[in-house]
Amino acid sequence: MTVMLEIKNLHATVDGREILNGINLTIRTGEVHAIMGPNGSGKSTLSYVLAGRDGYMPTQGSVTFLGRDLLALDPAERAAAGIFLGFQYPVEIPGISTMNFLRTALNAVRKARGEAELSAADFLKLVREKAKTLDMDPEMLKRSVNVGFSGGEKKRNEMLQMAMLQPRLAILDETDSGLDIDALKVVSHGINALRGPERSLLMITHYQRLLDYVVPDVVHVLAKGRIVKTGGKELALELEREGYAPYVGEAA
Amino acid sequence: MTAANPHETLEQITGDYKYGFVTDIESELAPKGLNEDIIRFISAKKGEPAWLLDWRLKAYRIWLKMTEPSWAKVSYPDIDFQDIHYYAAPKTGKDGPKSLDEVDPELLATYEKLGIPLKERGILAGVAVDAVFDSVSVATTFKDKLQEAGVIFSSISEAVKEHPELVKKYLGSVVPYSDNFYATLNSAVFTDGTFVYVPKGVRCPMELSTYFRINEAKTGQFERTLIIADEGAYVSYLEGCTAPMRDENQLHAAVVELIALDDAEIKYSTVQNWYPGDKQGRGGIYNFVTKRGACRGRRSKISWTQVETGSAITWKYPSCILQGDHSVGEFYSVAVTNNYQQADTGTKMIHIGRNTRSTIVSKGISAGRGQNTYRGLVRMLSGAEGARNHTQCDSLLIGDACGAHTVPYIEVKNPTAQVEHEATTSKISDDQLFYCRQRGLSAEEAVALIVNGFCKDVMLHLPMEFAVEAQKLLGVSLEGSVG
Repeated sequence: MTVMLEIKNLHATVDGREILNGINLTIRTGEVHAIMGPNGSGKSTLSYVLAGRDGYMPTQGSVTFLGRDLLALDPAERAAAGIFLGFQYPVEIPGISTMNFLRTALNAVRKARGEAELSAADFLKLVREKAKTLDMDPEMLKRSVNVGFSGGEKKRNEMLQMAMLQPRLAILDETDSGLDIDALKVVSHGINALRGPERSLLMITHYQRLLDYVVPDVVHVLAKGRIVKTGGKELALELEREGYAPYVGEAA
Repeated sequence: MTAANPHETLEQITGDYKYGFVTDIESELAPKGLNEDIIRFISAKKGEPAWLLDWRLKAYRIWLKMTEPSWAKVSYPDIDFQDIHYYAAPKTGKDGPKSLDEVDPELLATYEKLGIPLKERGILAGVAVDAVFDSVSVATTFKDKLQEAGVIFSSISEAVKEHPELVKKYLGSVVPYSDNFYATLNSAVFTDGTFVYVPKGVRCPMELSTYFRINEAKTGQFERTLIIADEGAYVSYLEGCTAPMRDENQLHAAVVELIALDDAEIKYSTVQNWYPGDKQGRGGIYNFVTKRGACRGRRSKISWTQVETGSAITWKYPSCILQGDHSVGEFYSVAVTNNYQQADTGTKMIHIGRNTRSTIVSKGISAGRGQNTYRGLVRMLSGAEGARNHTQCDSLLIGDACGAHTVPYIEVKNPTAQVEHEATTSKISDDQLFYCRQRGLSAEEAVALIVNGFCKDVMLHLPMEFAVEAQKLLGVSLEGSVG
C-alpha cells in the first residue's frame, strides 16, 4: 500500500501556545485510523492544522499528502487535493440552502481538479441518491445550511457533503458526539460506504462506541500533543476499560 | 501616480470594476457651468414647450437660495457646481435616432459590452430597454409591442412632445421642484430619463428597464424618471447604471417619481453599480438621488428593491407616501460599502390612509473602510387608523476598519397604528469562512456566498433576469475584503 499521509515531527501553536509537540503519523491508502485521547490532548488542533485553518500555526516538522507538501496549500487547495474535514460543530450559513452549498462546493472542487461542472440535472440526481443512503429527507436540503438542524441532522449533513465531494482522506472530528444510537448507525453506514481501497479515514473520537460500527485498522492514543501509543482495534477496547489516566501520566 | 495611459493605470489599481472603459465617441457638450442660459440651452436642445422651461427656471431660482444638506453621515469636499458640464450628448448629426438601425454602432457595441443588448433578441428578449447615455436616451426597444398593450415607454424628452398632458399633470407631483437641494438642481437641469404610463387595467407584458451610462468626463448626470400606473395597472421596472473609471468625482443627481392609482402596483428595482472609486478612495460617483412613490389610490402598492454596490457616496431614500386606504409600501435594500465608499441610505414610509401597511428590509454590508448608514423614517399620521409597519434592519461587518450605523426615526400620531423595528449587527465569523474554504471555496467565494445568504430576503424580490447578475455583483464588490 502506498503512503497517503505522512506527518513527521509536527509541532504547532495556537495563540502562541504549543499544542502539538512532535506528531509522527503515517496513513496508507485504504487504511482507517482512529485517534483517541482525553480533552485538551490536541485532537481537534491536529485536524485544523491538517485542514489549514488560520491561527493554527505549524512551527516544525512536515506533512506530505499524496506526495505534496500539504502545509504549503491554502484550505481550498487542500480540499481540492482531497482532504475533507467533518466538523465537530458544523457551522450555520443563514440564507444559503444546503442544496446550493453542496453544489457550490462540489463545483469549486471539480473546477480545481480540472473537471467540468455537473449539470443541474446530474447534480440533483446525485444528491438525491446520496441523501437517501443517509436517510435524509430531501426537504432538508432546501433549508439553510445547518440552521435549525438537530445535532444528528448536522452530522448527517457532514456525511452528505463527504459523500458528494468524494475525498481521498476524510478527517472526522468527533463525528459521533451528540448522536443517539439510531443516528450513530446511519452516520456509521455513511462512513463505511466511503471506505475503499482508494480512500483513507482518520477518525477522532473520545469514545470507543463509534469504532464498533466503523472498525479501524490502527488506533492511536494522543496525549499532550503527542502520539503516545499505537495499536490495533483492541487498543480502543482497552482504553474504554482503563481510561486515559495511564497515558496522561506517562506523557507528563 | 503618472503614466502614459491613465485608464490603464486606474485599471491596474482597481482591477475589479469591469465597466470602467470609456467609449470613444464624439460628443456635444454644453460649456461648463450653470446659469439661466445653460438651462435655456438644454431646454432648446430638447425642443421643449415654454411651460417646461418656466418650470426649470423656477426651480433654478429656488436652488440658488438653497444649501446642500449636511445631516447625512457622509463627508466629501465641496462640489464646484460651476465645474460641471450639464449637457453631454453623442453627436448623431440628426435630430436623434428614429429606430435601432440608426443608432451609432459604437453605442450599440458599448451596451453589448455592458451586457445590455439593444437588439430585440438575445438573452434579455423578455425585457424592454431604454438606454440613456450621458444626457440623452439613445434607444428604446420593444416600443411597438408595448404600444399594442397601450403601454407608453419612452424617453422623457419624447414624452414631453408626444404626451404633454400626462407629463404636465404628473411631473413634480410627487417630488416638487422645490423639494430639496439635489432634486431642485435636477428639476432645473434634467436632461433625459424614462417615462412610463400603464393605462387602466393593463398588466405590462414585459419587464421595463432603463440602463444609465455616464461616459463623458467632467459631466453630471441628471435624469428624471416618471412612472404612472393607472387604476388596476401593473408594471415592473428595473434600472441599472455604470460609469467609466476616472480619478475625479462625478455627480449623479436623479429624481424618480412613481404614481400608483387605485389597485395599481409598481415594482421598481435598482441595481446600482456606478464606479465606486479606487482602493484609495479616489474618484467615483456621487450618487445623490431623490426617489419617491405616491400610493394615491386605494389598495395601491409600490415596492422598491435596491442593490447598491457602486458609487463613492450614496445618498438616497426611496420612499412611499401611503395616501390611499389599504395601500402598501415596501422597501428592500442591500447596500455594500467597501474600501472608502460611503452610503447613507434608507427609506421613508409616510402613512396617511387607513389600514396602510409598510415593510422595510435593509441589509447593509461594510468592508474595508466603508461606512454604511441606514436612515429611515416611519411616520403614522393621525388619520392612519390601523396602519402597520415592520422594519428589519441588519448590518454585516467584514474586517475591523469599517462602520455600520442605524438611524431609525419613528413618529406615531395615531394610537391604533403599530410599528415594529428589529435590528441586528453581525460579523462574518472565522468559523463560517473556514467551513466554506474547507469545502473548496476560495476566501472570496466564501465571502460572496455568506453575503448572498445574508441578503437573500432582499434578492428574492429582484426580477429573475437580474437576480443572478446582482448576486455576482455582490461578490465582485467585496473582492479583496478578506484574506
